[in-house]
Amino acid sequence: MYYFDPHIHMVSRTTDDYEMLAKMGCVGMSEPAFWAGFDRGSVDSFRDYFRQLTDFERRRAAQYGLKHYTWLCINAKEAENVSLSRDVIAMIPEFLDRPTVLGIGEIGLNKNTRNEAIIFLEHVDLAVRYEQSILIHTPHLEDKFQGTMMILDMLCDDSRLDHNRVLVDHVEEHTVRHVLEEGFWAGMTLYPVSKCTPQRAADMIEMYGPERLLVNSAGDWGPSKPTAVPDFIIEMRRRGYPESLIRRVVYDNPIEFFSQSRNFQAPDTVEEAVRT
Amino acid sequence: MERRLTLKMRGDVGTMLATQMTAQAVLDREYLEVRAKVLELAATFDRLERGGGVPVGDARLKLVRQGLKVLLDETSDRAEQVQLIFSRPYDDDWQKGFGMAPPAAEKSEEE
Repeated sequence: MYYFDPHIHMVSRTTDDYEMLAKMGCVGMSEPAFWAGFDRGSVDSFRDYFRQLTDFERRRAAQYGLKHYTWLCINAKEAENVSLSRDVIAMIPEFLDRPTVLGIGEIGLNKNTRNEAIIFLEHVDLAVRYEQSILIHTPHLEDKFQGTMMILDMLCDDSRLDHNRVLVDHVEEHTVRHVLEEGFWAGMTLYPVSKCTPQRAADMIEMYGPERLLVNSAGDWGPSKPTAVPDFIIEMRRRGYPESLIRRVVYDNPIEFFSQSRNFQAPDTVEEAVRT
Repeated sequence: MERRLTLKMRGDVGTMLATQMTAQAVLDREYLEVRAKVLELAATFDRLERGGGVPVGDARLKLVRQGLKVLLDETSDRAEQVQLIFSRPYDDDWQKGFGMAPPAAEKSEEE
């Protein structure tokens, strides 16, 4: 089955991974900007990173027929440096017209601090002013519930925001309902230990239906599995669900959400997506 | 087309799918895996004991014990309940604590 991975950090992966993803049925991916494993020291570091995301990764993916899209921001871990964060936010518009930029992300919270909240709101304002979609990171482990609720508070306080253009990622059993109830899209991240397993993701599809739900691998430089989405596909098949339902979650839903971004080129058919 | 149940799950979001697997089928498929997970937990507790037991006041094992109790409840939202046990509490007045009153609150204060 062909699919899109809506959240994967290919800058951390090898070219062999692109080839493997193509062999596994992946036709494209979107890569949000994230933490490099260390705090960067200047706005120029981010400018180079955004060049990598919008140029080099696009070309690396294209070697295997994969369409690579991206999202730009300074992540929550580095938001404690408010001054640098504001410099990066001011620089982001230089890249918004690049042909593979889908919007602002992954913004969010990490330890749910005041500075993180301030920079989150400034990213949201940037997205609204430039009519961009938003991809949101929710915190890890014990911080997830509190941080997700704080994020929803801030989003719902902004009357300018179109909830249908916001994807709240890394939802789990205790946060998915709250995200969907407010009209946002929700992403389930399939990680080996933290976040969600393919089985639990399938459970949430059973509980809430396929509307506005996505699955992703969030493959990065840590313990993660770039081919986790096919694991989810197999789990759904083992449970006896029809291909149409599975395809909706792993292919149709990403395309529906991404199509709201002016730079996304939606394929008319699966065959066209593969040919591209 | 997938089969649908008419009932809604918790609130008004989404429509619960009619599960394709009966409880018997789930048990047949997952029994050995569940058995292995229970055994792994038991062995981990034994390991803790051999290591001298968990220090008094360590909150983590208390959370684990709370989580284990939830597994024995006959509810349909055990996973959500376990998640909440391992979560920091949420205070819906957090913006006030940060000096970041939401727009509506600022407006009413001005008035």
